[in-house]
Amino acid sequence: AEAAELRARLRAVRHTVLVLSGKGGVGKSTFSALLAHGLAADETKQVALLDIDICGPSIPKMMGLEGEQVHQSGSGWSPVYVEENLGVMSVGFLLSSPDDAVIWRGPKKNGLIKQFLRDVDWGEVDYLIVDTPPGTSDEHLSIVQYLSATHIDGAVIVTTPQEVSLQDVRKEISFCRKVKLPIIGVVENMSSFVCPKCKNESQIFPPTTGGAEKMCQNLNVSLLGKVPLDPQIGRKSCDRGQSFLAEAPESPATLSYRNIIQRIQEYCEQQHLQEEKIM
Amino acid sequence: TLAERTNLAGVRHILLVLSGKGGVGKSTLSTELALALRNAGKRVGILDVDLCGPSIPRMLRVQDSAVHQCDSGWVPVFVGQDKAIALMSIGFLLERPDDAVVWRGPKKNALIKQFVSDVAWGDLDFLIVDTPPGTSDEHISTVEALRPYQLLGAILVTTPQ
Repeated sequence: AEAAELRARLRAVRHTVLVLSGKGGVGKSTFSALLAHGLAADETKQVALLDIDICGPSIPKMMGLEGEQVHQSGSGWSPVYVEENLGVMSVGFLLSSPDDAVIWRGPKKNGLIKQFLRDVDWGEVDYLIVDTPPGTSDEHLSIVQYLSATHIDGAVIVTTPQEVSLQDVRKEISFCRKVKLPIIGVVENMSSFVCPKCKNESQIFPPTTGGAEKMCQNLNVSLLGKVPLDPQIGRKSCDRGQSFLAEAPESPATLSYRNIIQRIQEYCEQQHLQEEKIM
Repeated sequence: TLAERTNLAGVRHILLVLSGKGGVGKSTLSTELALALRNAGKRVGILDVDLCGPSIPRMLRVQDSAVHQCDSGWVPVFVGQDKAIALMSIGFLLERPDDAVVWRGPKKNALIKQFVSDVAWGDLDFLIVDTPPGTSDEHISTVEALRPYQLLGAILVTTPQ
């Protein structure tokens, strides 16, 4: 009966993309926010961004929605809208103060994630983007389990170039394979740094073991792209909640993001065509 | 249990390294702190309770090590230049380094309890506990399991943004 409820609620969601990493601090939330903005730039598309990082929800701040609250209506919880076609949900909106810690064990976190899927009135959605916390635990198992009521196009896995990240990301890839979650591809974030003054390129996180490129080759997954480290991303997106793509259209990082977003869209549309053929 | 009383009885100070945020340098700091304390002549151990993303073994170049059992429980892996820093991590229990630990809370909690009570730490001046990001199962269980012992306090790590 629960599965039927979820299925009904998610029936109007066309594409679902999970943003994962094994590693923390590599840019999942930043990427999720920019992916959502990038997709919502097409006003004909309805985009939903769901933040299931219960302990460390970054999405409200990154979308400029801190302090917003969730409203209830007859049809369920209303997402918080950044644009008419871009709705957001996060535990961040349920806290009385942004510094309140959510100190919950797995089962309680799972309960909230189920509520996010069952009780939020997302409406008709072209793209549901799900931002996750680092790891391979309750949140990840639950979201895959609950979303089996609909269809997950796949996962985008974010990493940085150094081995300490790749080590955890390989585990995430194992997780995806274990739960039969298709991998759209890997994004290598903070790839290089170009000095705004001298334009010299440095590698802040040297790819001592070949970076994401080598890992993708070894594990037979797609490398969607590499995004350079641009301090504007932290300043504008992360801390001020602006769309970096809109604020810094000339940045090499913006170009990388746009290419990656396009590849993700193409992947999702392809899957859709293939399924229609089968049906 | 007697084992609990024995295994951490010789540890003088326990330090937790925490953050809310991932990727800020908890494991790096835990490792550097352990090495610096060892350099200053202290007896040091590291307990890595990041079960999904254990980083410490690789940082100390012992990712291929295995743990053994003795009468009082698990023998930690000894690392560092003089092989004198005791380390326990789930990394040592994996069959392959890329194996994902896909566990829900209760299973994680059970292993953390074991790491606290069943590792033969011996006599240590400092036990540094490295944690994953968040405020969830691992953190609750670790603090609960360590409560009867000399918990010195927590160091919180962050980045500026």
